[in-house]
Amino acid sequence: MNVTVSVNGHEHSRDVEPRMLLVHFLRDELGLTGTHWGCDTSNCGICAVLMDGAPVKSCTVLAATAAGHEIGTVEGLEVDGVLDPVQQGFSEMHGLQCGFCTPGMMLTARALLDRRAGGPALTDQEIREAISGQICRCTGYASIVRSIRWAAEHCNQELPG
Amino acid sequence: MQVPAPFEYERATSVDHALELLTLLGPEARLLAGGHSLLPMMKLRLASPQYVIDIDDLAAELGYIDAREGEVRIGAMTRHRELLESELLAAALPIFRDAERVIADPLVRNRGTIGGALCQADPAEDLSAVCAAVDARLLIRGPDGERLVEMRDFYRGPYATAVGAEEMLLEIRVVIEPGSGSAYQKVERRVGDWAVVAAGASVKLAGGTIERGRIALAAVGAEVTSAEAQEALAGQRPSDRLFAHAAQLAAAGCSPVTDQRGTAAYKRHVAAVLTERALRRAVTRALSEPPR
Repeated sequence: MNVTVSVNGHEHSRDVEPRMLLVHFLRDELGLTGTHWGCDTSNCGICAVLMDGAPVKSCTVLAATAAGHEIGTVEGLEVDGVLDPVQQGFSEMHGLQCGFCTPGMMLTARALLDRRAGGPALTDQEIREAISGQICRCTGYASIVRSIRWAAEHCNQELPG
Repeated sequence: MQVPAPFEYERATSVDHALELLTLLGPEARLLAGGHSLLPMMKLRLASPQYVIDIDDLAAELGYIDAREGEVRIGAMTRHRELLESELLAAALPIFRDAERVIADPLVRNRGTIGGALCQADPAEDLSAVCAAVDARLLIRGPDGERLVEMRDFYRGPYATAVGAEEMLLEIRVVIEPGSGSAYQKVERRVGDWAVVAAGASVKLAGGTIERGRIALAAVGAEVTSAEAQEALAGQRPSDRLFAHAAQLAAAGCSPVTDQRGTAAYKRHVAAVLTERALRRAVTRALSEPPR
């Protein structure tokens, strides 16, 4: 079947089997390998992408279902060479070790910051809750939380425009 | 790599369209709501529907939480996250927020729906116990029209419900009464896991006594409600002793099995502890209910 999915603002059409999962559509059909592929069972959250701005596990969404929705992947975070504050936070606060969970963690962080834009400061508890569906195989959660907090604190200044 | 077996895909654009497709495609068709129960089952080839009817587009039509005519009405495509964040539900039926806080994780809750969870009818699924504990009624529509089914008649055992092959669940209804309270307690091995055991309770107080008490257990056998325990509560004044007594009856009446989540004896013990806690919290909430 022909599936058209909007990824990072660009529409992509491919002929795929209805059973194709979004994670494989992104990686194998579009070559967007920034979205990682982990447990396959919707447990580990490595494959997180944004679907209409909310983080979802792309191993448990059909590519066909994603048609008509706006999908955001890690490739869409950096704009014209300017890192998203979340990416910068992971760099500043050493939020990544092996890097496997990093794209998904950053997208969940982006969604959290977008939701809380203009609201009260994020607590560590809220950050931990937001990423609780995603496993860091290196167990580097403390620095991930610090990275997201850094992004929250620098968000307004760093966002272009 | 885990992928589902091949299937043909249809995308429904309305409830009527979904029902037409169900009639057209026959019993080998399955509705796909949020996909977080059915797709994992399909990957494991525990489910291999010939046709998948994607009802994701019905999230607007069937995604709502309203208070109408003395009832809370929840659309079947309401996602876990919406149930968790609803202030209306938290005030009227706090058992939902109790349960949603411990259902899976935020990412799964962004996709999974109450209708999908109830229709999947996993024996360890939380919302079936929640709905049983608050005497929910379920609105089902099929080619012959609509019908309302009590939760105790809806759940037909593991992975089986009253929804027929050409029908779909549209709405969950719960009557709201003054003097009522509800609560949910769950023990899981790790955050986001299925329940080892979970217990839901609701009470309606009148004149200092329990007019009606409801208890529903998850993950400890096919029968989610406990008739003996409920009878023991009726007409009694709430007390720790009463809660313990009803909890013992509920635990005695369930049928846990020994598996990787624990032994039957352990689960029965936990069922009693959680039932007692859920009852106590439900009564506390009923007593502290703000005037309406």
